Amino acid sequence: MSKPSLAVWKLASCDGCQLTLLDCEDELLTLAGEVTIAHFLEASSATAPGPYDISLVEGSVTTARDEQRIRQIRQESRMLVTIGACATAGGIQALRNFGDTAEFASAVYASPQYIDTLATSTPVAAHVPVDFELRGCPIDRRQLLEVLTALLVGRKPDIPDTSVCTECKRQGHTCVMVAEGTPCLGPVTHAGCGALCPAQSRGCYGCFGPVTGANVPALLPQLRTCGMGEDAIGRVFATFNAAAPAFQEQHCPGAAPRGEAPS
Amino acid sequence: MTHRDRKLTVSGIARVEGEGALRVTVRDGQVERAELNIYEPPRFFEAFLRGRSYTEPPDITARICGICPVAYQTSACNAIEQACGAELTEPLAELRRLLYCGEWVSSHALHIYLLHAPDFLGYPDAVALAQDHRDIVERGLELKKTGNAILELVGGRAVHPVNVRLGGFYRVPTRAELAPLAERLRRALDMALDTVRWAATLDFPDLELEHDLLAACDPGRYPIERGTLRTTSGLAFPAREFPSHVVENQVPHSTALHAALDGHRYLTGPLARYTLNSGSLSPVARQAAAEAGLGAQCRNPFRSILVRGVEIVYAVEEALRIIGAYQRPDRPFVDVPPRAGTGHGVSEAPRGLLYHRYELDGDGLIRAATIIPPTSQNLAAIEYDLRRVIGANLDRDDASLTALCERTIRNHDPCISCAAHFLSLTVRTG
Repeated sequence: MSKPSLAVWKLASCDGCQLTLLDCEDELLTLAGEVTIAHFLEASSATAPGPYDISLVEGSVTTARDEQRIRQIRQESRMLVTIGACATAGGIQALRNFGDTAEFASAVYASPQYIDTLATSTPVAAHVPVDFELRGCPIDRRQLLEVLTALLVGRKPDIPDTSVCTECKRQGHTCVMVAEGTPCLGPVTHAGCGALCPAQSRGCYGCFGPVTGANVPALLPQLRTCGMGEDAIGRVFATFNAAAPAFQEQHCPGAAPRGEAPS
Repeated sequence: MTHRDRKLTVSGIARVEGEGALRVTVRDGQVERAELNIYEPPRFFEAFLRGRSYTEPPDITARICGICPVAYQTSACNAIEQACGAELTEPLAELRRLLYCGEWVSSHALHIYLLHAPDFLGYPDAVALAQDHRDIVERGLELKKTGNAILELVGGRAVHPVNVRLGGFYRVPTRAELAPLAERLRRALDMALDTVRWAATLDFPDLELEHDLLAACDPGRYPIERGTLRTTSGLAFPAREFPSHVVENQVPHSTALHAALDGHRYLTGPLARYTLNSGSLSPVARQAAAEAGLGAQCRNPFRSILVRGVEIVYAVEEALRIIGAYQRPDRPFVDVPPRAGTGHGVSEAPRGLLYHRYELDGDGLIRAATIIPPTSQNLAAIEYDLRRVIGANLDRDDASLTALCERTIRNHDPCISCAAHFLSLTVRTG
């Protein structure tokens, strides 16, 4: 039997999630022995045509060309996994969904007419069916290896849909919110990072996006008690997962749901 | 006269962080046009930084680049701390330099071994290279892992570190926590020296470029996390004068802005840093450079792999020096109270100078932000290199010339962070 093929694709993003694959220094050559890397342009100039057994997609859809491209990738992929906050929730560039994109372009570029961009930044799932969504800005290396291992042996990835608090407790960190009065999004944020921020005496800032069923309104009084004003609360939810519905509701209530243009 | 159109299309320019197309027109034996089109979908960071709190740019701008987030965090901190009149204590400044050394080691090892080496040895990628030379690739991966270990210990995470804040860090490590890192770094120093010796055995095409070179300079040491600016043409100016010298222009074929220094083309990055600062390297790094055949200057972009190797040696030594002298600061950060004003910050990202500018109001809200990444400063020089290389190699066949063009681009480790990477090269000769 031939080895399964792996393809890695990039839309609008920072490269950090693909880099996480290359950051698997101990496992990279072993992994390369288990799969045929058929398309991974950041790492290789050799490419093979589809279909692909597993496609990893980094980045959000922000151009008409990428709208087409993600459909093509879906057609050519048996399993499609989004990696990271951009591909899974639209990324920080989804802040344009709540502003005036034409004005944004003119703020950065002197001749915005040269710029080809959509008014929205949308997650891959707004365009095509996705088999698995891996969260994080960036994704966690161990979680990426778990997803790849699971898909290669044909089982469900063991990626708990729980909050950062559960990881934080398990690691024995002192709660920064209770002990220090530091605002922390741990109770509403998807686990997976390993509670990195509390380990550095910092509150979680939500880079893995909301956990399923996040009860954000219940956290707000605690954030206020910790000294956050309404503006600061709005901003902390308007970052790397700004267009994830549970977070979007906190900084732009009543806006169009994920994946739909606000116009 | 015979008119001949050569159309070359490469499905992907691989092993760079960026998507581009290259259009080359040759007429009457002259390279008429060599444009590197950048298709990076714009992400508008400078626009949505407006109205944010002055404390947010270190986290937000890190997301511009997953390869060099510490550079973004550091230039942002430098600029905002300057605007607010805050200065790091020396131990905190040293810790910031240590974190940045981690990024240099990791990013340079990535480029040398996974992106650049396959060009010199004739492989499509490091995985194929490893089938014949596993020891070489494993050395690169181990070095990269050591750089990441610094980033993880000091920064909390290798990609988008969580422990950086204005004025320093959220938490500073203990001496005991840093000690195991020193063990690893001593092994990495040998690997770094082996890297330079190995890179010196590669074949380098001849190319000497007369670009003006721009780099930070930091008295008494090689520039990494701060500095003032100098050029090989003799200019010297502080970061706050950067906007009066460097102007970004938009060109129709790119979503990256092209920068010019006092109206002319210039280059930033390892060649510029080395040429302007080789005298500030440590004795071990200087000796490694000399043994590899590098003089006091290096103006051949193909030899940038050697300079990156020397810079890894230096960064590993610096990391060891900082850890050896480390006394845990009493406080993990200095206060940075907001005040109205404008701040400018630079630092030396692995691939070149990164400039940030922020205009703040009295409450610490950002009124305007400008970010000039190294790759947009280098685009004009990269296109110039392409013209030179194509002009000198018109006798080559399409495939060979295209491969050489890709190598010419890769020499500068462009970090364009964009959608799928492809290069379509059209050469018209007539």
